[in-house]
Amino acid sequence: MGTLNFILKNIHTVLFLTWEHIYMVGVSLIIATLIGVPLGIMITKNENMAKKVINGANIMMTVPSIALFGLMLPVLALIGEGLGKVPAIIALILYSQLPIIRNTYVAIKNVSPSIRDAGKGMGMNRWELLKEVEIPIAIPVIVAGLRTAAVMNIGIAAIAAYVGAGGLGVYIQQGIDRVYPEMILAGALLVSILAILVDGLMALAERMLTSRGIQIQKRLSR
Amino acid sequence: MNKILRQIYGVILALLLVAAGVGLQRTGTITLFSNPNSYSELLRLLWQHLYLVGVSMAIATVIGLSVGIVLTRPKFRAYTSIVMYIVSLGQTIPSLAVLALVMTFLGIGAKSAIFALTVYSLLPIARNTLAGINAVPSSIIDAAKGMGMTTMGILWQVEIPMAMTVILTGFRVALVINIGTTALAYLIGAGGMGDWIFTGINMMMTDKLIAGALPVTVLALFADFLIEILRTMLVSKGLRLTEE
Repeated sequence: MGTLNFILKNIHTVLFLTWEHIYMVGVSLIIATLIGVPLGIMITKNENMAKKVINGANIMMTVPSIALFGLMLPVLALIGEGLGKVPAIIALILYSQLPIIRNTYVAIKNVSPSIRDAGKGMGMNRWELLKEVEIPIAIPVIVAGLRTAAVMNIGIAAIAAYVGAGGLGVYIQQGIDRVYPEMILAGALLVSILAILVDGLMALAERMLTSRGIQIQKRLSR
Repeated sequence: MNKILRQIYGVILALLLVAAGVGLQRTGTITLFSNPNSYSELLRLLWQHLYLVGVSMAIATVIGLSVGIVLTRPKFRAYTSIVMYIVSLGQTIPSLAVLALVMTFLGIGAKSAIFALTVYSLLPIARNTLAGINAVPSSIIDAAKGMGMTTMGILWQVEIPMAMTVILTGFRVALVINIGTTALAYLIGAGGMGDWIFTGINMMMTDKLIAGALPVTVLALFADFLIEILRTMLVSKGLRLTEE
């Protein structure tokens, strides 16, 4: 109850912090997609390269987020960006790479060769084949990767409050420092709700982006 | 061509290592590491970190495995989807939020940290145990039945060995997340390597910051490597061969 009162009393700050949180996750997700999806498509042509890239992204994922912030801080401090949104967004982009690249790679790889051959037989060139056949078939899986990345990033962005990036983590940070349970609960609950909400929305997007034909096929095979 | 490329990689790697070394020296991390006082402090924090990870992972593994196994028994199959829904919902909640929520109810200290870490690590282990056992082909189970194996025998000698790769993947995810989250346990008064990281950030002491962040990173990478070794030990040779 106290938490609800706290949120209602500070609704402007709450909305601002939520916006900040969404902004960080959104910007990093867009940049990560622009890097990850083309990279994922590119490595489908080169098995050896694919292994290396996915392994690299895997190692990146293993590094604990707060340790990554710590290690980036002195490096980014050289250009005067050690604290704030820049390290947060860089970290979020790096962490998003594994789910995005892996899902893109797997999805494009799994397009059945017969469909690809049919496209070729219709006289499509490499680019048309990608645009008209492979990507529409792969898009649900690619969006699933984006979903994983987005949910994970909301959690990491909360930790980024400790390097001064703002967002809802600020409530958790300040709440713990001031021993103010309502504030901690407000921060923790809002971050959790945001994550669950984004997860649901992305699941919806996943379904909507699936082409009609594939949806019908799925329903029939059930 | 390949040889030249490899030489270029080598040179770049060497340059990076030198740069890292110079960076460590400049920021005073090496001085900090070689100071006997901070050395013992480092060992204490590292021990604390490993203690939190070890205890929470041990509890989470026992509970996660049992939950996963119980849910694959015919009696409890009906609850599978509901439990899985709760588990995936739980994994959506950020780690910092879990720690903060547990702290508001249980207070500060190692106990609440272990509780939060256990709950958070339990989810991937339970999910993968369930998924792994469910993915065992029914023809293999039928074959085992035909050989006259009991339900328990099938579980221990067929289902679990077959599901081992998937279970280990879940264990690996849990362990790596656990090590990273334990670095945050400092915030709720449980100590660990997070102590130096957060002190370093708050007081702008770069040496302490790196001295805290580096061991946690190495620990996580080492854990990843350890699971790889564990895989060669626990997954049967035949299964490994078919995978490769």
